[in-house]
Amino acid sequence: MANLTINGKNLTLDVEPDTPLLWAIRENAGLTGTKYGCGIAQCGACTVHIDGVATRSCGVSVAEAEGKKITTIEGLASGATLHKVQEAWIAKDVPQCGYCQSGMIMAVAALLNEKPKPTDADIDEAITNICRCGTFQQVREAIHTIAAA
Amino acid sequence: MNKHVSPKMNRRAFVIGSAAVGAGLAVGLDIPFGGPAVMRAADGSPEIGAWVVVRPDDTVVIRIARSEMGQGSLTGLAQLVAEELECDWSKVTTEYPTPGQSVARKRVWGDFSTGGSRGIRSSQDYVRKGGATARVMLIEAAANEWKVPASECTVARGVITHKGSGRTTTYGKVAEAAARLTPPADVKLKDPKDWTIVGKGLLRLDTADKTTGAMIYGIDVKLPGMLNAAIKDCPVFGGKLKSYDEAKVAGMKGVKKVVKVGDTAVAVVADTWWHAKTALEALPIVWDEGDNAKVSSESIAKWLAEGLDNDQPAYVGNKNGDAKAAIAGAVKKVEAVYSYPYQNHATMEPMNATAVYTADKCEVWCGTQNGEAAFAAVLEASGLPAEKCDVHKVMLGGGFGRRGQTDYVRQAVMIAKQMPGTPVKLLWSREEDMAHGRYHPITQCKMTGAFDANNNLVALHYRLSGQSILFSLRPEALQNGMDPAAFQGVAQSGEAAFGYSVPNLLVEHAMRNPHVPPGFWRGVNVNHNAIYMECFMDELAHAAGQDPLEFRRKLMGNHPKHLAVLNAVAEKIGWTTPAPQGVYRGIAQVMGYGSYVAGAAEISVTDGSKIKVHRIVASTDPGYVVNPAQVERQIAGSFVYGLSALFYGGCTVKDGKIEQSNFDTYNSMRINEMPKVESVMVPSGGFWGGVGEPTIGVAAPAVLNAYFAATGKRIRSVPLRDQNITFA
Repeated sequence: MANLTINGKNLTLDVEPDTPLLWAIRENAGLTGTKYGCGIAQCGACTVHIDGVATRSCGVSVAEAEGKKITTIEGLASGATLHKVQEAWIAKDVPQCGYCQSGMIMAVAALLNEKPKPTDADIDEAITNICRCGTFQQVREAIHTIAAA
Repeated sequence: MNKHVSPKMNRRAFVIGSAAVGAGLAVGLDIPFGGPAVMRAADGSPEIGAWVVVRPDDTVVIRIARSEMGQGSLTGLAQLVAEELECDWSKVTTEYPTPGQSVARKRVWGDFSTGGSRGIRSSQDYVRKGGATARVMLIEAAANEWKVPASECTVARGVITHKGSGRTTTYGKVAEAAARLTPPADVKLKDPKDWTIVGKGLLRLDTADKTTGAMIYGIDVKLPGMLNAAIKDCPVFGGKLKSYDEAKVAGMKGVKKVVKVGDTAVAVVADTWWHAKTALEALPIVWDEGDNAKVSSESIAKWLAEGLDNDQPAYVGNKNGDAKAAIAGAVKKVEAVYSYPYQNHATMEPMNATAVYTADKCEVWCGTQNGEAAFAAVLEASGLPAEKCDVHKVMLGGGFGRRGQTDYVRQAVMIAKQMPGTPVKLLWSREEDMAHGRYHPITQCKMTGAFDANNNLVALHYRLSGQSILFSLRPEALQNGMDPAAFQGVAQSGEAAFGYSVPNLLVEHAMRNPHVPPGFWRGVNVNHNAIYMECFMDELAHAAGQDPLEFRRKLMGNHPKHLAVLNAVAEKIGWTTPAPQGVYRGIAQVMGYGSYVAGAAEISVTDGSKIKVHRIVASTDPGYVVNPAQVERQIAGSFVYGLSALFYGGCTVKDGKIEQSNFDTYNSMRINEMPKVESVMVPSGGFWGGVGEPTIGVAAPAVLNAYFAATGKRIRSVPLRDQNITFA
């Protein structure tokens, strides 16, 4: 059993402490917006916020995540109001297949939280998620649009 | 609101989905556009022909048979229907008919296959007719109600107006009456110059759910009582499963069952996938690897190299004059050998499918590029007839050709069949996905060019040696043993025609098929053929002491469309003006999938091994551009996919197995490595070409030719990581 705080809810989940957080989120908490891509913290599809920090949830155990504030893509919006990154993603038509975009959006939201007006160099350094469709230029444009707003 | 409805994974949808299949079967209409009996969507709204459903609130549901995997065809196809339908675009939504429904209605929705960049080009004619037919029926219904001639009525944005009286009504109000009319025998399609929806860069219909985590991909499917399976197939292709020790994992948490899957694989079924995977890793498995365990990249390379020898048999794909004689008697010769490795598709979402099997029914939920092929796989693996099977398509987390295959669907059914009544979701680990791809085929190519005394190219011999995809996947498409697709980009004519005129030309293929299973990998044979030909063109230009662009142009007088895109790229990148200090340019062109494409790159190179790509310009002539915003994304994405393969890709074979296991050994480009792609669309009209794949062909040669311009060094093999060359 583990106690996890996900998207503001305290959940008691029947899960072993060494289970990767990704799978506790997907299978035990039932939140499938966070995606599995590699399981070795390479691709970023499973990025969530842990205490506000963009983190690849496949590389964090449930035990390590206990007591921390976890936000997944499902918890990024405030009720019916989408987060500015989600709004920009829709306005700029960023996703192609979209599978990597939950992680991409979470990584971008954390970047903008830290640096509201990131330079291209800031983006290059902070956004290291793999997108096989290759929608990178839309990602960059959308970030700059948000920063300019 | 515009939205593509992905199936909701609850019991109700499960039952409704099943019922809808039953309803389709019960009526079993084979008239493409309705007929007197009214076909209805699951919510009861009438079909106005198979492609269009109109709801009472004026919402128009457009049926899409091809699969959406990020390429944007779902939106593009809806635009084509809506254009002819004259409906209100803001009230358009889409849905997938199932393959089972289509088969039950004698394939009323045509081909479901979404590969070969065919999504738009192969269905544009009949989906536009579907829209036009519905429009005619809807207008006729209004005219009948008003007792006026239909010719006196007009329609705009789904509102029908009678000119004389000024009366108006809407599609939603006349839909029921329209559905009862006999469809017109023939309809006239709009002149492209009158298009108002097609040709616009409209926003995609399926974006919102991709930003909130709500979009359902195959990996996200949930059914009541569902279990999860992890699988291991014999890591040596062609090997078999010998034995496994179930007792060692039977007591592990969550484990329900260990099952044999065919002759080659074993799966653990558990409550969660994490439990299944953990137990699978602990499961002692003995493989019978067979003779293929002796095969390595080195042994394959040696075998392919032998095929480059002119004494070995080869299929001739393109020929004029006598290239061998012309080369033998030439003043000057240039020869080079290139090679291209296996590549894994590495879709972001690993292969998966969810199946439920009972003696009466087998249903599968999965992302697939070919709903009908998946359906056929379900029939075969379940042993049940068509009316007892169906496939529910969900969003694909990438396809790139991989999800046109049905191996994972078959496996899911074979597992579910051993647990009747229990839904089972099979998910491959990334490692399994890397080990059991359907790889871009491996080839080598020896090219010989010959010049006359004035440095005119008089002969070209292009000799491929290597793997045929059709031999493995579609042997019925071979022509007296020859794989015609092997010549994509260097073919005599057709949708992937060679763009140069050479007086003596010989293009041939010594087919050699190693045991590693090949597949259609985005761009397919255009990829290596474009690298070989376009890099060698640069070598020839250099040998002739001529500018690479000018050298090409002289050979392209009879190929105006190839030349037009090359010129467009040259102009946009400023080929005739000097590049910035330290920056070098490369250029390439090819035809594939019915479209003409060209690309140019500006790069700088540090220490001979660190490449920075500063600029990419790409041009395409696909005949017509349905949605320029999506075409632009396909062009840019093709560069990311093609350059990832060039820099980081390449799958190697050791002891019969693929060595790369995850993104740490099979990397992919990140945002910091990718410049903006400047695309130039020059649709010339009169033909329909594809968009998703052709551009990938020019990505690598444009960069490799720029690398030569920068360093004077020719790179003739891929990936660059093997030569310690990487991004700066």
